Amino acid sequence: MTETLTIERTRDERDVTGRTAVRKRRRGKRPVWEEPPTAAGQTAKGLTLGVVVAVVLVPLWIIVVTSLSTQAAVNRAGGLVIWPTDVTFEAYRVMLGDPTVRNALLVSLGITVVGTVVSLVVSVLCAYGLSRSGSVAHRFILVLLILTMFLSGGLIPTFLVVTELGGYGQYWALILPGAVSVFNILVLRAFYSDTSADLIEAARIDGAGDWRILWSIVLPTSRAVTAVVALFYGVGYWNSFFNVMLYMPTDSEKWPLQYVLLTYVNRGNGLPGSVNSGFGSQFAQTAPLSLQMAVVVLTIVPLLLVYPFMQKHFRVGVLTGAVKG
Amino acid sequence: MSSVDTEPPARKNKLSLRVRLRRDRSLLLMTVPAVALLLVFNYVPLFGLLTAFQDYNPLVGVWNSEWVGLAQFEALFGDSLFWGSLTNTLYLSFVQLILFFPIPIALALLLNSVLSERLRNLIQSIAYLPHFFSWVLAITIFQQMFGGAGLLNQFLRSNDISTWDIMTNPDTFVLLITSQAIWKEAGWSIIVFLAALAAINTDLYESSAVDGAGRWRRLWHITLPGMAGVIMLMLVLRLGNALTVGFEQFLIQRQAVGHEAADVLDTFAFYYGIATNNYSYGAAAGLFKSVISLLLIWGANKLAHAFGEDGLYRK
Repeated sequence: MTETLTIERTRDERDVTGRTAVRKRRRGKRPVWEEPPTAAGQTAKGLTLGVVVAVVLVPLWIIVVTSLSTQAAVNRAGGLVIWPTDVTFEAYRVMLGDPTVRNALLVSLGITVVGTVVSLVVSVLCAYGLSRSGSVAHRFILVLLILTMFLSGGLIPTFLVVTELGGYGQYWALILPGAVSVFNILVLRAFYSDTSADLIEAARIDGAGDWRILWSIVLPTSRAVTAVVALFYGVGYWNSFFNVMLYMPTDSEKWPLQYVLLTYVNRGNGLPGSVNSGFGSQFAQTAPLSLQMAVVVLTIVPLLLVYPFMQKHFRVGVLTGAVKG
Repeated sequence: MSSVDTEPPARKNKLSLRVRLRRDRSLLLMTVPAVALLLVFNYVPLFGLLTAFQDYNPLVGVWNSEWVGLAQFEALFGDSLFWGSLTNTLYLSFVQLILFFPIPIALALLLNSVLSERLRNLIQSIAYLPHFFSWVLAITIFQQMFGGAGLLNQFLRSNDISTWDIMTNPDTFVLLITSQAIWKEAGWSIIVFLAALAAINTDLYESSAVDGAGRWRRLWHITLPGMAGVIMLMLVLRLGNALTVGFEQFLIQRQAVGHEAADVLDTFAFYYGIATNNYSYGAAAGLFKSVISLLLIWGANKLAHAFGEDGLYRK
């Protein structure tokens, strides 16, 4: 259902960015007919928006500062550190030296990379396969896809199917069941359908088949939307943790970062099994606060790394849609 | 979704099926991986719903398990835990509707009035950053701020005021859940309302201002009617999703506040289905939820149509 919501959103977004170009010219300055703002109104507005920005940034700031603090600074503050006094990267050194976290980081990166590639390839192919109007059965397949947005077997039947296929404890169980997002396919398809028909017809006359057209014409002209979809898939895989809870709740050496975060930062538990195997020695007991915060930062950093890129392509992808549509 | 089905076919298909199959075989082949995945992980589980009418035994599988008719549902409707989850779900949904729903609209109006485009974009980018965080991360952040050892209590303790543990209090759990949802998703929800605002013709504002309408009258007579369609759509979606209040959020925090406050329909299926190996029971709860949800979506759309709006799909 959230997916349906997002469809409308993306469509509207194209509108908005299409128009911001116009608006920039028109609304850079206050229009003459608009009454000048009152001082009280401006203050209230500034304060509200300031609060909106602060509730997001302040916790992140505090977490980063604490992760960079020494144990002495943490003790002095009685917990979280708000202002950096003696900055140290000790927590990060310990964290990256710990096999549990290193392992979880690799697992997370692996799942994210493999999952994104699988999802993207499957979605791009399907979207193009359905984007040529008049092709055999494309309408039927489309209906088949869209129906899954409304009907689902739900948690338990899906769990049973994956388990019967031997997915319990397997990495593919974290990727394949959710690999296809029909919503993303519909977005890609909308863009691919917009690719110039003349261009495609010309290529066809020159003897290019559909694979060639997809690779040499459609993909290069819709790079931005492909990037956006890839990033959405990527963020989804990076953030997923429930599948882990479902399919590998006990094999702690297979856990991705989010699950490690949940277990010993959120719940403050030592990792199960760590005492016997000597695995995750730093984390057998509740870890020091700076170390916990370093793990939090570690889960945020990849998101922050792709965020500006995502923003850029978000706009470009969205603009392309507006121009084409 | 209407755009999907409205476009006319480009070429008339007067060719025979065999010729068309030959022509489009690459296209069909391209859809195979996605269709296969959806068949296995979406359509096959639909048959798995049959287990709701069985006493499913994993050792013998779906085909050989004993059929029990509606017994699972009878047990479900006699289960106070189930009714507790349902009540919790509806209550949380209602509170979120009242407290969450208006916030993105108000923020969109506010943001739209910021003149500098760069500042507007910056604020928006920061506001929707938490949308990309996982629930584990979001809740961890909340815990660090408001938990027993969190920033708030750290401050209270250092000033000799008695501590206040928000994260483990079942009585205020509704408010906690709602503020987390607002923190994480409100910024993202702004986008759609901003789009609606941008679509309003600015000439309307100008001419009404010339005619003497003040800013509040313009808000009431131009802005709000201009946003009505989108607001209605979002409301319809929210009502249609009344039984879905977020799953991971509850899963993560159930341990801290106890099951009485934190059990909702989705987690019910997990805890009393999978975690106890009582699969049929969980499947029955899931099926109940799906059926009611479909009815809700249908009803909410009827409501939107009655108000003359499109809703999720057109009449």
